Amino acid sequence: MQTAATKTTMPVPPRRHMKEMVAFLQASPFLLPALLLFTVFFFYPIVKVVYLSLYLTNSKGVAKHFVGMQQYVELFTSPDFIQSLRVTLEFVLLTVIPGVFIALLLALLLEKQIRGLSVFQTILFSPISMSVAAVSTIGLMAFNPSVSLLNWILSNLFGIPNINWLNGPWTALLAISIVTIWMNLGFSTIVLLGALRNVSQELYDSARVDGVNALQRLYYITLPSISPTLFFVFVVSMIGSFQTFGQVNILTQGGPAGSTNLVVYSIYRNAFFNFQYGLASAQAVVLFLIVLVLTLLQFLVVERRVHYS
Amino acid sequence: MKENRVWLVIRYILLIIASLVVCFPILYSLLISLETSEHVSTYPPQLWPHPFHFASYAEALQAAPLGRFLLNSFIMSAIIVCGQIVTSLLAAYAFVYLRFRGRGVLFLVFLATMMIPTEVTMIPNYMTIRSLGWLDSFAGLTVPFLANAFGIFLLRQYLLQLPYELFEAAKMDGAGHWRFLISVVVPLSRPILATLAVYVFLQSWNMYLWPLLTTNSTSMRTVQVGLGMLQNQDALSWNLTMAGVVIISLPTLILLFFAQKHLVKGLTAGAVKG
Repeated sequence: MQTAATKTTMPVPPRRHMKEMVAFLQASPFLLPALLLFTVFFFYPIVKVVYLSLYLTNSKGVAKHFVGMQQYVELFTSPDFIQSLRVTLEFVLLTVIPGVFIALLLALLLEKQIRGLSVFQTILFSPISMSVAAVSTIGLMAFNPSVSLLNWILSNLFGIPNINWLNGPWTALLAISIVTIWMNLGFSTIVLLGALRNVSQELYDSARVDGVNALQRLYYITLPSISPTLFFVFVVSMIGSFQTFGQVNILTQGGPAGSTNLVVYSIYRNAFFNFQYGLASAQAVVLFLIVLVLTLLQFLVVERRVHYS
Repeated sequence: MKENRVWLVIRYILLIIASLVVCFPILYSLLISLETSEHVSTYPPQLWPHPFHFASYAEALQAAPLGRFLLNSFIMSAIIVCGQIVTSLLAAYAFVYLRFRGRGVLFLVFLATMMIPTEVTMIPNYMTIRSLGWLDSFAGLTVPFLANAFGIFLLRQYLLQLPYELFEAAKMDGAGHWRFLISVVVPLSRPILATLAVYVFLQSWNMYLWPLLTTNSTSMRTVQVGLGMLQNQDALSWNLTMAGVVIISLPTLILLFFAQKHLVKGLTAGAVKG
């Protein structure tokens, strides 16, 4: 990103200090608003959350007693937290793999410029505009056995007896996963479609000359070409799934018996209902590390791609 | 050629099926919202309202102060959109047109905030807002979101593409940075500012966890949190609940229809869904 703006010429040494001061003063009104907000609401809290995780706090959240790593030890030996982590991992698998797969199919359907495409596109993108509260509330009705159209369809088409979705441990997690997959479909489809439309036409042309069939084309040209984006969508979906909260709060409140107690919901309960701010902060630090590793992974892979292309 | 026709028909059929399945939840909530409460609670479920019962909307607006919630959400989203546009534009301007020591490092520091999820910082941020006395206020709802690295990044990318000669010409005319920013950069950046505004509006309008944490009173609740009041009213009036769902989704659905280009651009560049 070399532009004229980045080519700095060094001023003459004696006046350098003055010039730097002037440049700094000139830049500060532009940068201070954002810098101040970032400091107060991003950097300070990330330090504070680590600090709180090392202390026992009172019910107001004031650090009272230094306990070092004890709360982390407590977390990783607590069956509740282990269950919460396990359930979160299951949820991530349940949402990300089918979610990206379905989005890829939708993007492939939308790839070709055909008549009426914009109508289909708007409809298939529509989940992006829906909020977690709206979607979860629809889910509340869809999974309620006394009014569930879903159950009616399942029992009439497939002979599956009426399921009490939100009261069974597995089905509750499945219900939350279905809601989440639907919610994220729009985003993943948009991003994958963007990548599909960028695949080099020359590759497709030469494939046609070689008489390659549709499946071979998909496997040997399309998928390798969009693999960086596919990876990106996977990672972003994973991060999103780790951050899930609204679906749980509206549909199951973590239950039954902790079977949908995803990490963020667990942090919320521990901090704002049990007033264990220190313990909740330790959980938040664990969540931060998970998201950080995923983000860095994505960053490294994208960097490598940039170097090769 | 004949084979191509067959594939095209298959593609259309699949697109129609996919569209029906994907938009079904939205359609379903719309249909239920137009039924009467007796009709809704019958089993097997009946899909088509008979007759159309628009009164659910009036009833929903009475059952919970949805009007107030809508107003709160609009005010909150408007403040966040305006705030982010101002802070992002200023910072992006500095990163493109100003030369100062540590510019590169500072940009990386700003970008680093993108790696910090709000769920991780919510405990200290809640405490900060509480100690400032900002619980249950628009300040508490909006101030933590007035600056975002994504906006800065998006605008910086855009400004870098503008011809640098514009700046030199303005300088020759004796225009300072502020005048150049307001009379040249802002008008030229309108499309990208619209993208940012649409994207940020969607994010703020749909925000759930933070308003849930920091607001208590009915007069400060946003529409996303307030929707819950319609569920607790009466377990059987699904038509009211779904009317609520339609009402709170309408503004963002309108964005989808009329500003899809901006929404898509923002989302693909943003890659973070809150």
